[in-house]
Amino acid sequence: MNGGGSFTVAVASGKGGTGKTTVAVNLARSMGTRVTLLDCDVEEPNCTLFLYGGIITTREVGIPVPEVDESLCDACGECSRFCAYKAIVSVGSAPLVFPGMCHGCGGCALVCPRGAISEKESRIGTVERSECGSVTLVTGRLDVGMAMAPPLVRAVKECSRAGEPCIIDCPPGTSCPMIAAIRGADMVLLVTEPTPFGLHDLGLAVNAVAEVGIPAGIVVNRTGPEGLDVGAFAKERGIPVLLEIPDDRRAAEAYSRGELLVDAIPGWKSLFELLRERTVAMAGGRMTREFRQGRDRRPE
Amino acid sequence: MRIAFASKGDNRESMLDERFGRAARIVVVDTDSGTVESIDNTAGISAAQGAGIQAAERVANLGVEALVTMHCGPKAFAVLKHAGVEVWSAPSCTVGEALDMHREGRLARLSEADVDTHW
Ligand code: SF4
Ligand code: SF4
Repeated sequence: MNGGGSFTVAVASGKGGTGKTTVAVNLARSMGTRVTLLDCDVEEPNCTLFLYGGIITTREVGIPVPEVDESLCDACGECSRFCAYKAIVSVGSAPLVFPGMCHGCGGCALVCPRGAISEKESRIGTVERSECGSVTLVTGRLDVGMAMAPPLVRAVKECSRAGEPCIIDCPPGTSCPMIAAIRGADMVLLVTEPTPFGLHDLGLAVNAVAEVGIPAGIVVNRTGPEGLDVGAFAKERGIPVLLEIPDDRRAAEAYSRGELLVDAIPGWKSLFELLRERTVAMAGGRMTREFRQGRDRRPE
Repeated sequence: MRIAFASKGDNRESMLDERFGRAARIVVVDTDSGTVESIDNTAGISAAQGAGIQAAERVANLGVEALVTMHCGPKAFAVLKHAGVEVWSAPSCTVGEALDMHREGRLARLSEADVDTHW
């Protein structure tokens, strides 16, 4: 079975450190077809630690930020009162602009009665593309000190290719950057750990995904005898658990060496192929009831 | 001279707030007349971003010459500097004590922000 045509899967988690990137890169490697992996975790992109390939192109991404012509400004403060983000501030003088906080909405230029504000492009980060075997990796990198992740996330997402499956490594959490990353995906894989904190954040992520109206499946990472029963939570919320990844010292070792689990641990290839099959089925809306209720098979 | 204090309360006995952007009130003391007024600063408390800038804007619009605060972030500092408001750093104490220290020249004037962001 191959990756099955064109669909988009977003890999997300309610908090960082759950193994979201691990799932994204191993799933990408297990697709069996050409696939585009979009690293939208722009504040801390680390898919490149696991997939190597020379950077083919790097492109700068910017947003329009205001530029004030002080000779036209009469310090009326309209711009400052308008901006909900406090990115332009006038205190009885020509305004100060904080480009790192500007959302590029263009509103201040519109409300300025003196026409003193024009827009200039201000860099927020870069988008890199590299080829790593069957995986085209596109990485968004937000410049240090920039608060504006969503426009960069959208720029990364523009790099998906028609006719090819696409996997998105989302920013952690459930705020605007994560929403920007999952929007438009066919399904979301929510990666969690079987701990009280993990379950709490999973609950938040489930709510966020439901609000956007995208079907979700759960991947439980580092399961073991001490872990909480994520299955009960999943059942309650009507979301299938698509895979349980056992807690295994070899996985941590592979991670620290920057190796893919599917390459480093015998038998784990089939684990991620199972995830691929279930993901493809769900993204294509072909998941049967029986399949939905099925729990994972452990690797032989 | 009018001096603003980032405070938890509304009078001379109130403690300074360790944060500036999210301080509950701004207390303003007129050193010539001795009057004390205060304004609410909580509008910025729920702001996802820009609480410090908003507080700085508020202080600048009060027409004070100086702000006494425990800490000040870079964006708020930039706004205050732009508006020509001096920023003085104080230890944890009451508004009245900080006022005495300012008068006696025992406070340090900040020439740049003393904390990164999120204050
Ligand atoms: S463009 Fe929008 S967000 Fe940026 S400073 Fe102007 S009003 Fe604020
Ligand atoms: S709205 Fe225009 S004129 Fe008024 S303060 Fe802003 S830049 Fe100056």
